Amino acid sequence: MSMIGDYRPGATLLHRLPAGVKLLGMLVAAVATVAARGWAASLVALAVAAALLAWSGAGLRVTVKALRGIALVAVLLFAWQTWQHGWPRAVETVGDIVALVLLATVLTATTRVQDILDAITAGLRPLRRVGVDADRVALAFALTIRAIPATLELAVETRQAAQARGLERSLRARLVPFVIRVVARAHETGAALHARGVGDQD
Amino acid sequence: MSVLLEEVTVRVPVADGDLLILEPTSLELTERRVALVGPNGAGKSTLARLLNGLALASSGRVLVDGLDPAHQGREVRRKVGFTFTDPAAQLVMPTVAEDVALSLRRTHRNRSEREAAALGVLTRYGLEHLAERSVHGLSGGQRQLLALAGVLATEPDILVADEPTTLLDLRNARMIGDLLLGLPQRLVLVTHDLELAARCDRALLVDDGRVVADGPAQDVVDHYRATT
Repeated sequence: MSMIGDYRPGATLLHRLPAGVKLLGMLVAAVATVAARGWAASLVALAVAAALLAWSGAGLRVTVKALRGIALVAVLLFAWQTWQHGWPRAVETVGDIVALVLLATVLTATTRVQDILDAITAGLRPLRRVGVDADRVALAFALTIRAIPATLELAVETRQAAQARGLERSLRARLVPFVIRVVARAHETGAALHARGVGDQD
Repeated sequence: MSVLLEEVTVRVPVADGDLLILEPTSLELTERRVALVGPNGAGKSTLARLLNGLALASSGRVLVDGLDPAHQGREVRRKVGFTFTDPAAQLVMPTVAEDVALSLRRTHRNRSEREAAALGVLTRYGLEHLAERSVHGLSGGQRQLLALAGVLATEPDILVADEPTTLLDLRNARMIGDLLLGLPQRLVLVTHDLELAARCDRALLVDDGRVVADGPAQDVVDHYRATT
């Protein structure tokens, strides 16, 4: 299972753009999307994001996977906003979120994580003088990207284990082992990184 | 390179005090391939983890090439690589090539050099055709091989492998076992595979936090079989 971190090799301009430019573009687009008010602006952002995704060649499978991850939240949020503030606000809020998820998918589909790491490291290097460890920040980004599909994988395994014991309706049987396994996996990953010397100060 | 343990103990805090999981142990490991065998929970992994600084001695002293992991952890980790039973926790990057490249970030600052070095490592271990594959899509054997490649990429002098074949089928267990025993590096191998252990130069039988037998691997394995 994978939701983000799914790089799709290609030769489009989006693939060739430096990772730093794409990260910066993503940041600017995120600020602009949130700052622009009104449902019409959100639909424009959505259309632009969808067009970029189509151009990137990410494909339907990757797009569906990305959207499936936020589908439940989006539906609940849309219903809540419509009830509380009316449909224009609902379209604006949910449209912004979906547009940003699509843009993030464009970034990860056209950029190797290694390139994102390098861009973050290079971008933060000047901050070393004030104590920022650029390599560690970049590693934190990589681990976050990796953690999402890995955690979903653990959730599926835990749910199947509960089902196998006839406990599919027990929230406790699903939640407690899931939390324990996530913490254990984080501990193991930390130990593995430690053992590989990743994150050691030079 | 010497690996020395001097009266080393390991204790862990529990609800009603401390639990002694490794009794005072003194050892010098000089052989190229050393196996640690024994029942589950005996203290084998703790003993192995001492060599890389993943576990620290509660008393006594560990010295790896004269370096103490408790105080010179970074230097020790550059000399001693470590692989775990479950490779899933070790593979932190999305693709095979990127995961190996992660190990090389310290030694290769230039990205193109790092990518070339990563590809070289993958070729060495027969994984080059999987370079762009997601680590999620790998078989158990391929994952363990990649985890090994990620550690060996840093060219450690000693590799400590904690039950590297336990989760593998027979074919992959043989493949990984043969690879480990054929490495130019020194090897400390924690294993339940007694055939593999018997192929090492020396074996230690660990039971209940103590080294209860130590000697030529075949002799120790025979003793373990006879007393279990």
